[in-house]
Amino acid sequence: MTLIIGVLEQGLIYGILALGSYITYKILDFPDLTVDGSFPLGAAVTAAIVTKGGNPYAAFLISALAGAAAGACTGLIHVKCKVRDLLAGIIVMTGLYTVNYRIAGMANVPLFGSETAFDNEWINQIPQGLASYKTLMVIAVVAVMVKVLLDLYLKTKSGMLLRATGDNERLVTTLAKDSGTMKIIGLAISNGLVALGGSVMCQQQRFFELGMGTGTVVICLASVIIGTSVFKNARWMKATTAVVIGSVFYRACVALAMNLGLETTDMKLIMAVLFLIILIVTADRKKKVRNHA
Amino acid sequence: MLELKHIDKYYNPGTINEMCLFRDFNLSIRDGEFVSVVGSNGSGKTSLLNIICGSIDVENGQIIMDGKDITGMKEFSRHQKIGRVFQNPAAGTSPGMTILENLSLADNKGKHYLLSRGVNDKRISYYREELSRLRLGLEDKLDVKVGSLSGGQRQALALLMSTMTPIEFLILDEHTAALDPKTAETIMELTDEIVREKRLTTIMVTHNLRYAVEYGSRLLMMHEGECIIDAAGEEKAALNVDDILGRFNEISIACGN
Repeated sequence: MTLIIGVLEQGLIYGILALGSYITYKILDFPDLTVDGSFPLGAAVTAAIVTKGGNPYAAFLISALAGAAAGACTGLIHVKCKVRDLLAGIIVMTGLYTVNYRIAGMANVPLFGSETAFDNEWINQIPQGLASYKTLMVIAVVAVMVKVLLDLYLKTKSGMLLRATGDNERLVTTLAKDSGTMKIIGLAISNGLVALGGSVMCQQQRFFELGMGTGTVVICLASVIIGTSVFKNARWMKATTAVVIGSVFYRACVALAMNLGLETTDMKLIMAVLFLIILIVTADRKKKVRNHA
Repeated sequence: MLELKHIDKYYNPGTINEMCLFRDFNLSIRDGEFVSVVGSNGSGKTSLLNIICGSIDVENGQIIMDGKDITGMKEFSRHQKIGRVFQNPAAGTSPGMTILENLSLADNKGKHYLLSRGVNDKRISYYREELSRLRLGLEDKLDVKVGSLSGGQRQALALLMSTMTPIEFLILDEHTAALDPKTAETIMELTDEIVREKRLTTIMVTHNLRYAVEYGSRLLMMHEGECIIDAAGEEKAALNVDDILGRFNEISIACGN
């Protein structure tokens, strides 16, 4: 039972990240590596706020804004400086490593003793019987809220123009709108969500670690690809829902592999190999690799 | 009024492959004119459209639209007044979105794309009406993704989308070239209908000499970056396909083909 709750908690947190990556990878067709930096950025900002006694829910919002700023940087570098997509992401990701260290102040920040979104006077009022589910409940609320807001956004004029930007950039130009601006907006929203995920993760595991971002892009893309390929033909299901389910599924696969007796240090290799298997099975690589490799 | 003044355009400038396309090229198009542009490959037809729309830069010269110098204006800004349909039917629509979503996007051109609802339900009956003009049955397929339509259907939709909001100039870049003869005919008739109705100043590049002769009020024939035929009014009306074909052959012989 604890294992299932753990998988759901982690899966939903990464689901928030995956929703962010869904915007760049699926909607904008932009392979964004910034996420490896913006995920720990959200965590660093959160650690800095929470250890100083700041409101843990405000930390969610501030982290998201910080991530959005990072995403906008990648967008500006790509659009205004005409640096290709992968490199723009690498530049910002690398720079963020230092920024994250400066924000957090240390390479490791434990949050023991601080109030978090999952452990504070207000949330602790829930009945005893539900106490072991409270973390999962808060995470689920955040994940569902993000999903619903993203769904709503994609139906607005701005959201539709964003979809058109990834679909057919030329159309956006003939509609007298700057497709570059739309890419910057898309990257900002995407990385905002990833940093929000970082904030949730930091509070859930109660520590910030400088290296926690390594492999984020793999987790995100694996979730997006699993979700969108498994439910490709399920027209009744929104792609955003599929992506969150994909994330939980991926997390379950990793947990399963870990349960077979592998060490924590083996995790990244498992994640990488699993990602490769997913790419091969879904054959999603064909189109993307040709475009971006 | 659209004017091109003293345009110089080089490709690969500063390299051994430098090629001069336009040297001191001048053209002025009056409001309400429907100009058909013909010419062999590489004669500068599409470059001319790209220069007007801002898809490519010029080395020298000015582009003046309604008395305003737009030479330095970005491509997307110029499209406030310009509608453009491309040769590739996929270029004018968003394949992953439905017909309704595509039309809603196009309907909002010239306004802000902010956080209000993308699809305005009150406009749906208007969209249906406009779609029924195409006589392709698209009015019953509003929720179908555009990517699953045929080339002709997509091009008709692209034409409708590009002329939905008030624009002044319509740029048609061989917009019937990728279609079968029957569909091309339908699209061409529709184009003429829309151009007349909305009184658009139109520039149409085409390889179909019959369309160039039949439609429009002025005919340009381009060769190596120059207009070698520029006929309007009665002179244009007197032209026939054989005259133009004759000129084509003359050029080819002069070029040693």
